Amino acid sequence: MDFAFLSSTMVTLIRALPTTLVLFSLSILFGGMLALLITAMRVSGIRLLSGFARAYIFVFRGSPLLIQMFLVFYGLGQFGVIRYSFLWPFLREPMVCAVLSLALCTAGYTAEIFRGGIRAVPAKEIEAARSVGMSGLLLVRRIIAPIAFRHALPAYSTEIVLMMKSTALASLVTVWEVTGVAQRLISQTYRTMEVFLCAALIYLVLNFLILQAMNLLEYSLSRHRRPFAPGLRA
Amino acid sequence: MPGETRLSVRNLRKSFGTHEVLKGISMDAQDGDVISVLGASGSGKSTFLRCINLLETPSGGEVWVDGEQIRMLHGRSGSRPASRAQVDHIRSELGMVFQGFNLWSHMTILQNVIEGPVHVLKRPKAECIAEAEELLAKVGIADKRHAYPAHLSGGQQQRAAIARSLAMKPKVMLFDEPTSALDPELVGEVLRVMRALAEEGMTMLVVTHEMSFARNVSNRVVFMRDGIIDSSGAPEDMFGAGASPAFRQFIGHFGNPQ
Repeated sequence: MDFAFLSSTMVTLIRALPTTLVLFSLSILFGGMLALLITAMRVSGIRLLSGFARAYIFVFRGSPLLIQMFLVFYGLGQFGVIRYSFLWPFLREPMVCAVLSLALCTAGYTAEIFRGGIRAVPAKEIEAARSVGMSGLLLVRRIIAPIAFRHALPAYSTEIVLMMKSTALASLVTVWEVTGVAQRLISQTYRTMEVFLCAALIYLVLNFLILQAMNLLEYSLSRHRRPFAPGLRA
Repeated sequence: MPGETRLSVRNLRKSFGTHEVLKGISMDAQDGDVISVLGASGSGKSTFLRCINLLETPSGGEVWVDGEQIRMLHGRSGSRPASRAQVDHIRSELGMVFQGFNLWSHMTILQNVIEGPVHVLKRPKAECIAEAEELLAKVGIADKRHAYPAHLSGGQQQRAAIARSLAMKPKVMLFDEPTSALDPELVGEVLRVMRALAEEGMTMLVVTHEMSFARNVSNRVVFMRDGIIDSSGAPEDMFGAGASPAFRQFIGHFGNPQ
């Protein structure tokens, strides 16, 4: 074991960690917001909106993320409308392209996860809310969303972990995140095994932390499913 | 004020597709009235109750709550309320107690009780908590205020649901078979709370199968059959010589109430 090489590799890879974390957090943030919008359209009951949401979900779940990323990175520039628009200075940045395609893709999956959560909200509890005079956004904010989110959480944490791993694809559109830097190291040293093991370890630690955080969140949101106090109830 | 009309229903109709469930129901409740609505299952009594606070949309007729008529639009594609805001407002004035309690499972009992006053009526939270604790003490579950609904027995959940409705300071309380989902030994604790409410002068409309409640607590009994009011009157008359043949046959199934 060449510990000197392993530790220098680790240091190099960890320098790329901020890029991975930025990719991850921005795509979860924007993807989550977009997912809320898509979910709202999907359950709106308005045929045009729910049709659009269905199509969106189908396209982004049904095609490979890598191809979506290539289409955004290489494809958008071919359209004059985009190339000569105010957006171009942003859209020609690899980082922006990567975040955009990650967010667009996760929004499709997340929208379906959120929809599943909404479907699991008991109709009786919604009816009780209506009977005290709640409707519209107040009903969503106070009753539907909190219950739906609790139901969606286990599936959503899986999606978040998948997204962490999907950030590796950004290396293929020249974003120098952990996997990209690892490949560059390999092409310089030809020591595939050690470098990729270091990279895998970084992802494992990140996902371990994410899953711990999600478990903690789930635990704190499920007090109503645990016994009231020891001894009071079996 | 006694004598004021709290609830008035005029010729209420409701159809599900071609099936007419309510065929023109008219009824008034004065302040302090406790009206038991009896009837076999399928007679339309729950639908009637649910039409009053628009959990079901009536197909025709009028509902007045405390002198305010719920405005409806009747079009070719069916009926709908003219104003969602008015519906929300009317609902906030009508307490509803469900057969299945329908407490919000992710909130503690106290949170359930203050939810409406704080977020619908926009009242100060501290005030609402103080009132909620009083209400929970009144229905006998003050010690459960930080428990979640799943931690309570059915009878306790129903009493919590009654407290939740009362927290809105409703003008009329609607009870939709409040004891039908309860084990027999838990029925009494809920009926005691309802009786105490009745004695305080709460205006109540109670769909029930509890003959003893209808007979001893309510001041009026309404018997529904096939979407119409078959007969109604004071419990002494209804359960006495004045009973209609259909009602006599109906209560025959329950044995002799005490």
